[in-house]
Amino acid sequence: MSRPSDLVQGTLDLLLLKILALEPLNGWAISQRLKQVSGDILQVSDGSLYPALHKLEQEGWITAEWKASENNRRAKFYSLTRLGRRQLQQEAANWTRLSDAITHVVRLDEA
Amino acid sequence: MRIDHWFYMLPLRLRSLFSRRSVEQDLDDELQYHLAQRTEEFIAKGMSPDDARYAALREMDGLTQRKEECRDARGVNFIDNTLRDVRYAWRILKKSPGFALVAILTLTLAIGANAVVFGILNGLILRPLNAPHAENLYGTEYGDDSGWGSYPNYLDLRDRNRCFESLAAWEFVFAGLDTGNDPVRSTGYSVTGNYFDVLGVQPYLGRLFHAADERGYGSAPYLVLTYAYWHAHFQDDRNVVGRTVRLNKHPFTIIGVAPEDFRGTLLFGSPDFFIPIVNLDQVNGGAELNARGSNRGIFQALGHLKPGVTLAQAITDVNSVGAWLRKMYPRETGRNQASLSHPGLSGLTQPVQAFVAALMLLAGLILLAACANLGGLFAAHASDRSREIALRLALGSSRRRILQGLFVEATLISLAGGAAGLLLSVALLRRLSVWQPFPGTGLYIPVTPDTRVYLIALALALVSGLLFGIVPVRQVLRTDPYQIVKAGSAGRVGRRITVRDLLLAAQIAICALLVTASMVAVRGLVRSLYGRVGFEPRNVMLAGVNLAMGGYSGESVPAMQKRMIDAMETIPGVERVGLVNNYPPLGYAAGSRINIFKDETRDLNPSNAAAMPYHYEVSDGYFGAAETRLLAGRDFTPHDNANAPLVAVANRAFAARMFGSMAGAIGGYCRMQDGNRVQIVGVVEDGKYLSLTEDQQPAIFLPFLQSPMSQVWLVVRSSRDPQQLAAAIRNRIHVLDAGLPVDTQTWNTMLNVVMFPARVATVALGVLGTMGAILSITGIFGMAAYSVSRRLKELGIRVALGAQRTEVLRAALGRAFKLLALGSAAGLALGILASQVLASIVYQATPRDPLVLIGVVLSMAVVGLLATWIPAHRAMSLDPLSLLREE
Repeated sequence: MSRPSDLVQGTLDLLLLKILALEPLNGWAISQRLKQVSGDILQVSDGSLYPALHKLEQEGWITAEWKASENNRRAKFYSLTRLGRRQLQQEAANWTRLSDAITHVVRLDEA
Repeated sequence: MRIDHWFYMLPLRLRSLFSRRSVEQDLDDELQYHLAQRTEEFIAKGMSPDDARYAALREMDGLTQRKEECRDARGVNFIDNTLRDVRYAWRILKKSPGFALVAILTLTLAIGANAVVFGILNGLILRPLNAPHAENLYGTEYGDDSGWGSYPNYLDLRDRNRCFESLAAWEFVFAGLDTGNDPVRSTGYSVTGNYFDVLGVQPYLGRLFHAADERGYGSAPYLVLTYAYWHAHFQDDRNVVGRTVRLNKHPFTIIGVAPEDFRGTLLFGSPDFFIPIVNLDQVNGGAELNARGSNRGIFQALGHLKPGVTLAQAITDVNSVGAWLRKMYPRETGRNQASLSHPGLSGLTQPVQAFVAALMLLAGLILLAACANLGGLFAAHASDRSREIALRLALGSSRRRILQGLFVEATLISLAGGAAGLLLSVALLRRLSVWQPFPGTGLYIPVTPDTRVYLIALALALVSGLLFGIVPVRQVLRTDPYQIVKAGSAGRVGRRITVRDLLLAAQIAICALLVTASMVAVRGLVRSLYGRVGFEPRNVMLAGVNLAMGGYSGESVPAMQKRMIDAMETIPGVERVGLVNNYPPLGYAAGSRINIFKDETRDLNPSNAAAMPYHYEVSDGYFGAAETRLLAGRDFTPHDNANAPLVAVANRAFAARMFGSMAGAIGGYCRMQDGNRVQIVGVVEDGKYLSLTEDQQPAIFLPFLQSPMSQVWLVVRSSRDPQQLAAAIRNRIHVLDAGLPVDTQTWNTMLNVVMFPARVATVALGVLGTMGAILSITGIFGMAAYSVSRRLKELGIRVALGAQRTEVLRAALGRAFKLLALGSAAGLALGILASQVLASIVYQATPRDPLVLIGVVLSMAVVGLLATWIPAHRAMSLDPLSLLREE
């Protein structure tokens, strides 16, 4: 499976959930939004995006429906479910804890 | 949380499974939308539309592979793939029916053989008796000379042991059961009062007896019928309770019927009735029960071990009671160490276990051979398909998917073979369990198949399926699609030894081993059929009469027996008539030994006995009727009666052991356990007494008039037709006493019982040997056909260049024959080594027999010929022209 080499494992799920928490989006729009919000730092290849989305859908964290897109073509829009919201809170908390801890350690090193 | 999860997930999974088409369409639409957007983006950046499209696809890093990942995410992809693989495997197998058929046939044989053997193991050893808590029910072993054969000793064991909850005991009783019509010879158990309570058996009808019903010797004339006997002889009449029937003319009251699934405590037969053991002497017309030295009062004592008591502790406890008995009654109790086992096979536990273990070993070998065979077949099949596999790999399939497909194929075949094998084995086991090897004795082989047998067969089929499914794995993993697609499938012709060659050689070795074993067994059986056993069983009719069934006792017994002998002699065509007490030699494997002391021995403690010969009490005409050759001295005469001095005739082995020589034995004296002196007046040839495989045993013959017994067999030698003779014998006896049951059979029929183990072993080995041969044929056929088909092109070139037919044959099949010769030699050597084991079951089984060696070599050659016939034919009829044009 092709993994985004520059993303910490498991953080792709968090990013996708967070982006979808703001508004329902289709896959293409998600990839654009990712690039946009992270200022091209977080590269997610087209190849790894869809398997990840399908996995989240199967977990029941996001749900999909077919709607007309901005250019009036049929596209699959994903939105967060109640379960997904809870999962996002958990993962975000985990992430904060982890990054705080790492930041702390890094600062220790410097001092 | 979990429920929420399923709430979202379940509809998705169901949709993925059942509306696959629309789910796939959605996936494609979604990815195409993305591609279209990306393409537009690239076009906007100034690429040409085609370049933009390719760039977008590259960004995706393999559309098909990403789709497969999305499918994997669905979680049902495994099921879905498997279903597809099943359909695909089905198509492949339909395309190569030869491979499928040979593989399924191989498995059918192996699974069938193993399921049958497991069914036997299950029926005879694993399945406990039909009684509650049978798992900690233990009993004494019949016939181990441990001293538990007498009722008084049983009573002491019952009261003194500390390991049994409570101890019951039983003994066979053979009696004429008179329900108002003619008495019918029937078999029952005489049991202690607590027997049913110890086993936890509840009545089907009426009541069973209890310890409280025994109020002393001969106090309980009650009878409990088995369900089968009640059903067959009383037509399920519920009013039988309270009726009086006669056992050997003595009245007994029917008090109940045992439940249908309780058939006594031996696996091999069902009794007709149960009576209290305190009334056994009444039926038998003797006074045996309270004789401590008797070994005919108790067949087996049995009970549940107390909680926490181990088997080893129980055996120690039982032996400590035995040691105490021996100290108390040194005269009556000569004893060995006792052992305990689960009741059901008492006295036969060891041989049955050994036999079943041997069968399991052989069946395991069959399974191994079959697996080796299948491994070879699958490897050949996979390399035939190497081109297809390479193509699939090149088109983006993963190796895992391909292996999964091969496993599915293997599983399909193993399920088909397993199902066929199971059907075969169930049919065989059903036949076995209704088979009565000895008509009229009620003996049967309790091997009805149950769920355990089905499960084992299924498990074996799947395990072997996966085992041989593994063989081509390496092949697939190493496949380099580029090389194969480029070079074509004809590829290289291997000169080195491959896994397939090794598998085939191993398989042939195993099969040759089986063939050797079966031939050794068959030869041994044939020899034992025509060997000398100390008498001549042909042309002899035996008539069993128990005078106790007619109410005879005391003086009237020998008087009536003499009248019967005289009556037999008046039958036209009868040449000689003799009589033997209890059972003749080799009769139902029954025989008892007595202690014989040197004449000068004064302390008649059993441990001082000089010999323990088998003893037979016979009439003066017996040796003539049995054609037992008298080697020295004289035969008995009618004057060797109760008033004459005690005399005996010894066999050669006894004479040699006691007196050193035959001449020294004549006129010599020895002492019986009761102290009486007996003079040896004659010596007869050695013979077999208990079993055909026994070492030479001492035996002593005594005049029946000096120790009369009511149960005897008349030995009637005549060249007349046995059926007519039997009718005439019964007729004469009914003239003397109309109500006396008579059991007539030829001596050879009776010998069937002692021949039974050898026969069964021979049949089993014969069947397994045949299966081994069939497996060899399929294995060699597969290999030869494969090697011919792979080398068709090469062979065609050789023919085109002028090769002779023999050269073509050698090139095509030389390897197969080399493997066959190598494997056969190895198998033959193994078989000769293993025959030591066989000799313990099959009489006179020896592998150092030119006929066996020739037979094995010949049959393996025939196997080779049969197996290579079709491939050889194909190689010989090659048309190089059309062949070379094709490729």
